[in-house]
Amino acid sequence: MALFGCFLVALACGGNGPTGGAADPGHQGSAGNAEILVGEYGSLTGTTATFGRATHDGIMLAVEEINAAGGVKGRKIRVITEDDQSRPEEAATVVAKLINQDRVVALLGEVASSRTLAAAPKAQEARIPMITPSSTNPKVTQVGDYIFRVCYLDDFQGRALARFVYNSLGFRRAAILRDIRNDYSVGLSDYFKQEYEGLGGKIVGDHSYSEGDADFKAQLTAIKSTDAEVLFVPGYYTEIGQIASQARDLGLEQPLVGGDGWESPRLLEIGGDALNGSFYSNHLFPGDSDPAVANFLAAFNKRYGENPDALAALGYDATKMLAAAMARTTDLTPAQIRDELAATRNFRGVTGMITIDENRNPVKSIVMLEIKDGQMTLREKVAPF
Amino acid sequence: METVLQHLLNGIATGSIYALIALGYTMVYGVLKLINFAHGDVFMFGAFMGFYIAHGLGLSAEPSIAGALVVMPLTMLICGVLGYLNERIAYRPLRRAPRIASLITAIGVSFLLEFGGQMVFGPDPRFFPRLFPKTTIEVAGVVTTNYQILVLLTALVLVGALQWIVFRTRFGKAMRAVSHNFEMAALMGIPVDRVISMTFVIGSTLAGAAGCLYGLVYPKIDPLMGVFPGLKAFIAAVLGGIGNVPGAALGGLIIGLVEEYVVAVDPWVYDLIGLHIGRFKDAVVFGILVAILVFRPSGLLGRYEPEKV
Amino acid sequence: MRPTVSAAIALAALFVLFVLDRILPSLIDPYVFQVLIYLGINITLATSLNMVFGIAGQFSMGHAGFMAIGGYVAASITFFGGPVAGTAAPGLLLTALLGGGLAAAAAGWLVGLPSLRLTGDYLAIVTLGFGEIIRVIILNIETVGGARGFSGVPALGAFGPLGSFFWVYLVATVTVVVSIRLVGSSHGRALLAVRENEVAAEACGVNSTHYKVLAFVMAAFFAGIAGGLFGHFLQYLNPNSFTFIKSFEIVIMVVLGGLGSVTGAIVGAGIVTILPEGLRRVKDLNPAGTDPRMVIFAILLIVLMLTRPSGIMGTREIWDLFRRKPRSAKLD
Repeated sequence: MALFGCFLVALACGGNGPTGGAADPGHQGSAGNAEILVGEYGSLTGTTATFGRATHDGIMLAVEEINAAGGVKGRKIRVITEDDQSRPEEAATVVAKLINQDRVVALLGEVASSRTLAAAPKAQEARIPMITPSSTNPKVTQVGDYIFRVCYLDDFQGRALARFVYNSLGFRRAAILRDIRNDYSVGLSDYFKQEYEGLGGKIVGDHSYSEGDADFKAQLTAIKSTDAEVLFVPGYYTEIGQIASQARDLGLEQPLVGGDGWESPRLLEIGGDALNGSFYSNHLFPGDSDPAVANFLAAFNKRYGENPDALAALGYDATKMLAAAMARTTDLTPAQIRDELAATRNFRGVTGMITIDENRNPVKSIVMLEIKDGQMTLREKVAPF
Repeated sequence: METVLQHLLNGIATGSIYALIALGYTMVYGVLKLINFAHGDVFMFGAFMGFYIAHGLGLSAEPSIAGALVVMPLTMLICGVLGYLNERIAYRPLRRAPRIASLITAIGVSFLLEFGGQMVFGPDPRFFPRLFPKTTIEVAGVVTTNYQILVLLTALVLVGALQWIVFRTRFGKAMRAVSHNFEMAALMGIPVDRVISMTFVIGSTLAGAAGCLYGLVYPKIDPLMGVFPGLKAFIAAVLGGIGNVPGAALGGLIIGLVEEYVVAVDPWVYDLIGLHIGRFKDAVVFGILVAILVFRPSGLLGRYEPEKV
Repeated sequence: MRPTVSAAIALAALFVLFVLDRILPSLIDPYVFQVLIYLGINITLATSLNMVFGIAGQFSMGHAGFMAIGGYVAASITFFGGPVAGTAAPGLLLTALLGGGLAAAAAGWLVGLPSLRLTGDYLAIVTLGFGEIIRVIILNIETVGGARGFSGVPALGAFGPLGSFFWVYLVATVTVVVSIRLVGSSHGRALLAVRENEVAAEACGVNSTHYKVLAFVMAAFFAGIAGGLFGHFLQYLNPNSFTFIKSFEIVIMVVLGGLGSVTGAIVGAGIVTILPEGLRRVKDLNPAGTDPRMVIFAILLIVLMLTRPSGIMGTREIWDLFRRKPRSAKLD
């Protein structure tokens, strides 16, 4: 028992950041030119470590740029990063640590809605603003008025994709292949199905796999025996490449359609030629004429030696949007930052023009990309509806 | 009809992968009665070694059968060394301790390889290079690839080879003696430690080979890739009667086929009762495992040993 | 002990819990408080697994499944039943926790049945299988959120004046006391006999069937309550919290502490809960920026097991350490 006592005492004492001790209850970080502390919690290890690291890369690039340009109000931003092992309960713990021991004024995270939903009540309770870069579950921002996001919601993206498949591509019969363990994939599939059937399309097969599966031939063989014209596969790029290549092996020629989880330099590395003729929705088009996008791609490439995926871009935007809101406050209190975040209008991010609505969700456009000869080409741009 | 046959072929292909991994599990269990939870992670390690060796040799640019014949043995060698160290450091000191202690160190080694892999290899998925050109083979509307056939043949050959080692060689006799009663085996002059080490080396070598073949068929590899195939292979080994070599292969095939047909019948079941049975795939696999074990408590081919007082 | 004395001790314990519940949140910061709550929940989980694995000798690797059932049933009762009952009184939470515990106990009975025929590693894999089946089924129930998780679960502190600490440590204390009393009782002796030698136990007139199932039911009941506390504390449940990795973690707690020892289970729960948190500081020393804490945790786990193969406490209890001679020495 004494052993635990020591541990607990060590936990309790060790962690006050430079901006305040136990006597500083207000998280102001008010001392003159001290750093501004921002907490990041993410899945740096565990099942979704690759997504957590990508987001982290985006966040760090943004912070380096902000600090190089003089910081916010003349003060540098310091990000304190904690790992949650891809587990919801640990996300709640590390957010409590970031708020109470490191005394951060704002939080960034998480990739997965499941972890954000576990952590958000802690941030809301402590009244520390939190921006999630990529949690798409509508319930996330309903936790409270301190929770924001910069990605679009499952319903918007799912419905936009349904309209795209039905109206622009003209396909009337679709088969769905969803990741049953992944809330993002299930969410997109449900909204896609609802909208697509509403438009008059027919879902001729609704199959599933589980995160971690490597063999999809059973589902694909079943789909092959239907008259589907298109496969809707709203998973992450980690599985998409294999799904595409196994589909082509089995002789399925139909195009695949997916969401922003596809966006990664590794998509084509794993999928190769099998993905030619497929479509997915994304935040940005890499060949966009907008200098913000080009600069971001160049900077990211220079810093990390590869192209960013969607998660890195969203992490980058979340950080930049936070910094912009901080710059508009008078003395950087969490409450002021929250108010300024809520007042974000037409923020020029690399993932689009972001306006925060009354439910703390972004209103922004979506782009549909087509993969042609191993290159992404812009198919169309869909305005918010 | 084509679809039914295609499903059958798919199921056999997946099953042979599980069988390949299950062989290593069953070898170690047969001798040591230890569930080596780290086996799936040694398998992952093998895939990564294959990846690095192939890139080192420049095979990703120029696939060749000769190159593949270099990558496989090298990978198996490295995994054998890993298996040896593993046994030496984490299991041998616990030989006379309660059996559960080695189970926990096995889980510890498993965590170490997974989290260590995420640190050293990085958590991002990698593309396993094609060691030699992939071709699609189509017979009567049923499609497969030369990679799948290679996996199936390898699994069959290995089952034969292991049976031969266990039942026809001096070393195999020593293994069976150690398995039966290791104290008595020691009294008979059998070098128990060396036999157990060798078994571990063989098991890990098999995992290395399975890792490479898996990488060929499912080219996306990452540090956690061993978790689920490892678990499925473990079920396969238990289903067949853990410790029994043909049992592991049989168990692997059954699991592969069950997984396949649960998904295949999904549309019909949905029309009948409005339930997507395919979403319960893993639950059905476990359900079948439970059912079989309740009726045959030592697995399909395992020998039932009534408890003696 | 005379009943009045027991009642007095129980009242005193409740009073201490109540006082601590009141003063702790203002004494320690919410992060440490949260780790303390997880510690309490893990003590309940480890102690309950110890009932079936340590005391009755039935190797169960599906404990996370019982926890999941308890968590989801309890959360459903407060979430859906709360508005119907129109109250958020402590009674509702108590009903929910007990309901979750009973549902898990029913599952425990079902899982215990194969234990009549299976032993050792075969039983382990079957219980692991049950745990995964439970998770997959929950994943497919849309009313409790499926893959998206169950959000909006009322907080533990939202039921009347009693806070999280009171509820969590009340359950932990009850589980520990039941465990200790069990070992000393005739039922406990029967369970130990089944663990040591089932055939011999049967020969002595112990109904091993009855006792094995009883052990599963009791262990599942407390794990279910722990699940209910977990869900209400986090205010969110997700099937991914209850994978076989979580079951492994509970097995590690029990074995690390010393299989069969109640205080050992508590020590094990402490190590598995607090050590990874303590190791968070390591990354500040690592210039490369990567976080090696889980690698270090894995290595420490192996080293601990190598140095103390029977667990930290062995089969002893903490009070045995203060005795001059072990009890068995008297027999010599």
